[in-house]
Amino acid sequence: MVSFLRHLTPSEQVSLLFVLVFGLLALASAAHLLVTLRDGDADEALSRRRQDERLLLRHSWAMAIVFWCAWVWGAGMAVVLFGLVSFFVLREFISASPTRRADHRSLVLAFFVVLPAQFALVWTRQADLFTVFIPVYVFIALPVVSALRDDPQRFLERSAKLQWGIMVCVYGLSHVPALWLLDFRGWTGQNEFLVFFLVAVVQTCMLVQHVASRGEVPSVAPAISRSFHWRGLALGLLAGAFVGALLSGLTPFKPLPAVAMALVACAAGSLGHLVMKAIKRDRGITHWGLEGRSVTGAGGLLDRVDALCFAAPVFFHSVRWNFG
Amino acid sequence: MKWAARLVGALLLGFVRLLTGAQARWHGCPPKAEQRIYFANHQSHADLVLIWAALPTELRAITRPIAAKDYWTASRLKRWITTEVFNAVYVERERKGDEDPLAPLIEALDKGDSLILFPEGTRGHAEDPQPFKSGLYNLARRFPEVVLVPAWIHNVQRVMPKGEVVPVPVLCSVTFGAPLALGPDEDRTAFLARAREAVMALREV
Repeated sequence: MVSFLRHLTPSEQVSLLFVLVFGLLALASAAHLLVTLRDGDADEALSRRRQDERLLLRHSWAMAIVFWCAWVWGAGMAVVLFGLVSFFVLREFISASPTRRADHRSLVLAFFVVLPAQFALVWTRQADLFTVFIPVYVFIALPVVSALRDDPQRFLERSAKLQWGIMVCVYGLSHVPALWLLDFRGWTGQNEFLVFFLVAVVQTCMLVQHVASRGEVPSVAPAISRSFHWRGLALGLLAGAFVGALLSGLTPFKPLPAVAMALVACAAGSLGHLVMKAIKRDRGITHWGLEGRSVTGAGGLLDRVDALCFAAPVFFHSVRWNFG
Repeated sequence: MKWAARLVGALLLGFVRLLTGAQARWHGCPPKAEQRIYFANHQSHADLVLIWAALPTELRAITRPIAAKDYWTASRLKRWITTEVFNAVYVERERKGDEDPLAPLIEALDKGDSLILFPEGTRGHAEDPQPFKSGLYNLARRFPEVVLVPAWIHNVQRVMPKGEVVPVPVLCSVTFGAPLALGPDEDRTAFLARAREAVMALREV
């Protein structure tokens, strides 16, 4: 048995694992169905238990299928995943930015044409078109669609809001899966690790900055953020750079360039986070999502990924120019 | 066709949640399986779909939205969705002959169903809801044991403004408030004004 398993290639081993998992799930579902049929007219407690089991089974199926898709598609799954995140954060951004009726078609275009197209460009590996599609073509297309609706009121403001939302939520985030497009001469590692590198350094920096901001140091821009000060930023950058140096083995960079790339990503991320805070203050909200109407008390998704939205494009292009 | 209705219902629910989040916020009462009339502001035909999606599964099965007959039976698809998926009660927006427009609602309440009602009658475009029509008062008088729950639907008009076909993803929520009771000798106008205030008060919570 063990020697049989050893003779399989890694990909065959993973396939076998999936066959096992799906087989077990199928057995469990069949067993559950039979038990439910046997119960007949069950009392309330029993039927509630059966319902719990049914939910558990359904979630297990869903998770197993997600993992299977990720394995089958590889980088494609990352494109889909970040595409979905991008959709949700753009939804949060637009919900908090008042638009007028005349913007409706531009919004439709943004959500259902621009967003899928941008991620499709990543999927089909068209790196050149991918970098100019939104800043050049969409930049002109969306205001034209709004202008054709003949409503001049606060036109610049409305167009700017939409363009900003797309730049941050779609263009910025799409640079994370786009890291798969980068080729490095003489490097045989996996581009997945670049994504891991970027997320790890930026999130470390944000975390350290958040913890460091608890001191009594006065903020640099108190009207926007009570916790932003240079010392916190410096500590965050240091921590990010340190993690970058530690992870340099996973990347095509030598330790020193890895530190430089980490610093670039962290600086863009933390300062971008400050910019997004300014937008929130202007709208009078503390976090994205339903204008503070959340039931669970959790903030929006955009609050978590805004640093990444700014860090990813800067990181992508710095790496592309210096190492590509 | 039951399975088709369930499938379309599940797909529609997923679609509405993807577009709007369809978040329910229970502020004045818990979601509870008692006979209720939910009454809400009305700005878009999508209101009906949103409040249907915001209710938890158990309540969705026993709660029937009121649908304007002329709009929701205009095509076979709309008619099929409102009857099979939403289990809606149709009302005439314009009075025809001497038929009581409330008759289908009374029939549904007699059967023990809960209802979703838009007392403005038609969709409003102003900030504040239009004055409420007397249907809510008449039903409250006739069915004193039915609990009246006000609700505020937030943001739907941005999803699909009048005249547009493609919806835009915008976060929406439905806030349910504390139940309202009709006083023993409260008159029509006072009650309707109070009901409207109760709905509007939920905008800010």
